[in-house]
Amino acid sequence: MEKQLNNEKPMRRRPWAAGFVIFLGLILSGGGYAAATSTVETELSGPEQVEEGRKLFLANCATCHGSNGEGAIGGPSLIGVGAASVDFQVGTGRMPGQASGPQLHKKPVQFTDEQIAAMAAYVASLAPGPAIPAEEYLKGDGDVAHGGELFRINCAMCHNAVGAAGALTEGKWAPVLDGVSEKHIYEAMLTGPQNMPVFNDANLTPEDKKDIISYLKYVENNPSVGGFELGSIGPVAEGLFAWIFGLGFIIAITVWLGAKAN
Amino acid sequence: MSEIEKAYSGGLATNVERPISDPGIEPHRLRMTDKDEGAAKTAERVIASLFLLSIVGAIVAVWGFFAFPITDGDLAATRNGALWMGIGMALSLFGIGFGAVHWAKSLMPDHEVSEERHLARSSDEVRAQAIEIIKLADGESGFTRRKLIRRTMYGALAFFPIPAVVIFGDLGPTVGDTLKRTMWRAGTRLTKDPTGIPIKAADVTIGSVFHVIPEGLKDLDHEVKLNEKAKAAVLLVRVNPEDLKEDPAKASWSYDGIVAYSKICTHVGCPVALYEQHTHHLLCPCHQSTFDLADHCKVVFGPAARPLPQLPIAVDAEGYLVAQSDFLEPVGPTFWDIRND
Repeated sequence: MEKQLNNEKPMRRRPWAAGFVIFLGLILSGGGYAAATSTVETELSGPEQVEEGRKLFLANCATCHGSNGEGAIGGPSLIGVGAASVDFQVGTGRMPGQASGPQLHKKPVQFTDEQIAAMAAYVASLAPGPAIPAEEYLKGDGDVAHGGELFRINCAMCHNAVGAAGALTEGKWAPVLDGVSEKHIYEAMLTGPQNMPVFNDANLTPEDKKDIISYLKYVENNPSVGGFELGSIGPVAEGLFAWIFGLGFIIAITVWLGAKAN
Repeated sequence: MSEIEKAYSGGLATNVERPISDPGIEPHRLRMTDKDEGAAKTAERVIASLFLLSIVGAIVAVWGFFAFPITDGDLAATRNGALWMGIGMALSLFGIGFGAVHWAKSLMPDHEVSEERHLARSSDEVRAQAIEIIKLADGESGFTRRKLIRRTMYGALAFFPIPAVVIFGDLGPTVGDTLKRTMWRAGTRLTKDPTGIPIKAADVTIGSVFHVIPEGLKDLDHEVKLNEKAKAAVLLVRVNPEDLKEDPAKASWSYDGIVAYSKICTHVGCPVALYEQHTHHLLCPCHQSTFDLADHCKVVFGPAARPLPQLPIAVDAEGYLVAQSDFLEPVGPTFWDIRND
């Protein structure tokens, strides 16, 4: 009996026991924290939402944008930029900015939808500005042909004819539009984030914006007629393909033609 | 050494007989298909398979044509049809080509053959005969003897092409001032591309970009419209008036921070419309010429040689933006007699 006990250590003394306990502790504390904090996020509206947004703004944005959104070193004034601007910048993860550079990168979104809505409500309460677009313009059921024409006139020079992105000056670029949500496309046109110009409702009416979104979604959801798109970036990718595979094939055939059979 | 070789070897300081020996034809190497009847059979089967593959390819191409008919609204069908027809036809052609070459290389006779190269020079007898014929013809025709005839004939031949030169010189209308004038006139409203809706100054908020065509362009005939649009296209931008670095002489060309510039690059005429709101840079996508919109579109980078021409604008009684006049300098690529003032 004594010998048997010595051979078989109790469970809590086995080598993996410490690891298991740490793992269990992490699950419990993390899960408990998540459960505790999730109860705080309730649907807010009106003055409460604005107040919640103000707190979030002071904690996360005020360093660069000023404690009343008036702008400070490193950040522009947010007075009059509207809810659409906040929804786009924070909703795509561009804000809060990570590092200064030619252009802010798209990152994983840092806030929940409720928190973004609260900050948007707060910034919108500072001064009138573009609002978050109505659902009816975001369905992508507009006139694709008209949207395509408007896109080619107003957008394609920077974003490429099918929204595959393009380079600008001094390290800036116009981002890819594939996979961007309808709401964020609309808000970008309305507010002109970073170096993108503004396309207000007098320039592109809400119907026009709806058609442009419909065009982009059509391009995104339909296969390319020409087969392999090679990134849709035009002569660079296509030329590389032609030179390497096309010319390589011709050279291989030439070598074969000239070689003697054995 | 033959007589001919001797005649061509003059000038050599040393007279070496054949400094490089003729290596002759390299020894014949037997192919596997020559040595082994089995290998020959295999090659035969491979060649036949390639020709069969060609037949399959032709059938695939026909199948692709019927299996994926062009249907309205279904772009995928067009793509698949083209893909299968292309693969089928390529297989069909390559099958014949590879089969024929493989046949020639592996089964057809491959013994080496050499052919002597002959001298290009005719023999002295033939050359003398030719000279005789020419002299005889000259004597009989009197070409050298009758100077009057010879010289008038030269004259006639020189004058004959002149009508063609005169006629071709008159092909089509002359360029005239079309390179220097556009559709813009005093009072022409600035309208949106492509709808032709006029633009109010109040609609152009700071940071906005409007792609502009002159009023009336939309209703022109297609070909005329494209030609006019290629010259008259304008980019309309409003910047914060404090950011504008305006030449006092041109200060009246803008309206409260709203400026209008030709969209046609002064390098080789690409549409310059990549506008950056905060840097006020206008970038040409073709060769990266960069213009500073806030500083009369001065060239800040790239191959363009002169700023984009500015369209002087004003506001009419109803609040719409109108042109004060045409561009005051030619738009688009710089040409040889352009005035630089």
